[in-house]
Amino acid sequence: MIEVLAAPLPTSIQDFGRPGYRHLGMPLSGALDPEWMHIANALAGNPPSAAVLEMRLVGPRLRVHRSLVIALGGDFGAVIETQDGTRRPAANWCAHILAPGEIIELGTLRSGIGYLAVEGGLQVPPVLGSRSTYVRAGIGGLDGRCLRAGDTLEIDPAKPSTAQRLSARPQLDAGPIRVIAGPQGEYFTAAAWADFLGAEFTVTREADRMGLRLDGPRLAHDPTLGADIVSDAVTPGAIQVPGDGKPIVLLADCQTVGGYPKIATVIGADLRRLGHVLPGQTLRFAAVSLDDALAARHAAASALDHCLAAMRPAAREFNLDALYGANLIDGVIDAGHAD
Amino acid sequence: MPRLLDLGDGALTLEFGDRIAPEFSAKVMATRDALAAAALDGVTDVVPTWRSLTVHFDPLRLDRQRLADCLLRCAQAPVQKSALATRWQIPVCFGGEHGPDLNAVATAAGRSPEAVIEALCATELRVFLLGFLPGFPYLGELPEWLRLPRRSTPRSAVPANSLAIAGAQAAIYPWVSPGGWHLLGRTPVRLFDLANENRPALFAPGDSLRFTSIPADRYQQLHAAVAAGEINADQWRLP
Repeated sequence: MIEVLAAPLPTSIQDFGRPGYRHLGMPLSGALDPEWMHIANALAGNPPSAAVLEMRLVGPRLRVHRSLVIALGGDFGAVIETQDGTRRPAANWCAHILAPGEIIELGTLRSGIGYLAVEGGLQVPPVLGSRSTYVRAGIGGLDGRCLRAGDTLEIDPAKPSTAQRLSARPQLDAGPIRVIAGPQGEYFTAAAWADFLGAEFTVTREADRMGLRLDGPRLAHDPTLGADIVSDAVTPGAIQVPGDGKPIVLLADCQTVGGYPKIATVIGADLRRLGHVLPGQTLRFAAVSLDDALAARHAAASALDHCLAAMRPAAREFNLDALYGANLIDGVIDAGHAD
Repeated sequence: MPRLLDLGDGALTLEFGDRIAPEFSAKVMATRDALAAAALDGVTDVVPTWRSLTVHFDPLRLDRQRLADCLLRCAQAPVQKSALATRWQIPVCFGGEHGPDLNAVATAAGRSPEAVIEALCATELRVFLLGFLPGFPYLGELPEWLRLPRRSTPRSAVPANSLAIAGAQAAIYPWVSPGGWHLLGRTPVRLFDLANENRPALFAPGDSLRFTSIPADRYQQLHAAVAAGEINADQWRLP
């Protein structure tokens, strides 16, 4: 069992989301960065789809109630505190073995989000095939909501796992966010399209798992067509522009249909980068072809394979049993010392 | 002719028109049925709306051009009675605490509350799409004289299972939610069941339904029976 001691900012349980139900109005949901989730799971010895904690802005403080392998994926500080109050730093992109009663404290997420995977995956009941939390309808995860102090998270009893680490941190691409034009490109003036590709957009404070509202030049609609369409399907990455001309990039928890024209749609390979942008940061967009988008997906898939192939055991000198044994011996020595 | 629109590199929309029209919806449903029969590997979601059909797919598993060709072929499928569509008969307790806007709607439409109920129950409504909330059905179309703008002040919490109307459409709120539509009644029927992986939403796009008026005591009885799990959803199917 894991006890949540503090969770001041949104931390939710996510996996690959809930495909197959969008015709019923059920959003996809799932990790904003499925690749980082996949890596964190691999480090903890899990299949890619195991449920993890997705942390936003600042991570929680957790206490484990049994020996447990956890893995950290992201760019944030983490400290493990033993029962006697000793603190040791815990590296990112590495699995760590926690002893019963130890506390892990996660700091500021420098790229907005990060992942904590637990050996065996978090054991909440799947809802429509997924453990992902969809807060707006209170579905999935832990009672359909983000974590709060006092919660307990169930874990798989004693699932042998190997702790792994990465030799090099995965990097997030810099450069413009690549998009495919449309599907409602004709609703915008030529000047709006030029501004969309030429200008810098700032992420506003209205940024969550449903989408990012951007500030920048006003993207004007063709006055003969206006700013409303009869709703059609949307998807994470679609860039809607309502009547105020300020674009909204949709993310994992977006609704299934929408009534604003979509000037462009972010390509699949770049979508996860949007999970990492923080209010105040700026974005640029670049239009690419469908062939470019497909090539980018292939490149991302092979980069992920490469990254996973370069995993190494986190503690090469010991196997897990030996490490657990070492902790027990430490305990005996401590007990002797107390006499 | 329908046109194809790329919604990024992982979704393709087949658009039949840019307005709400029953003939577009019929084509959307016929295409959906034909696409389901084609059973393409790599398709993750197929989302019908009033006027378009969007296919979400994995481009690493399914070639976009192959999907595009298949969609255009499916769009030629003749419009016929959908084998995938179900007809439903949905009991509703109108007015009173369950339908607080019934009298105001009747006044605005210049008819009696009884005439509003009678007209609603006499109209076969089509499920055009589910959206806004999981399982929220957009139903149409209402008689011209019953079409009203949304309430000027939305309610912060519409009770679950409320039957509501706005414009040419009706809907039933599957969950408690904010909402600006006019509340006419409430149904004891469970619209969304998260435990049912095969059919979590009672309605699917393309289904049709009729309302029947039930008194408050019958509503209470059915409500209790649904809560106790004593009612199979098939009971609400029309033959």
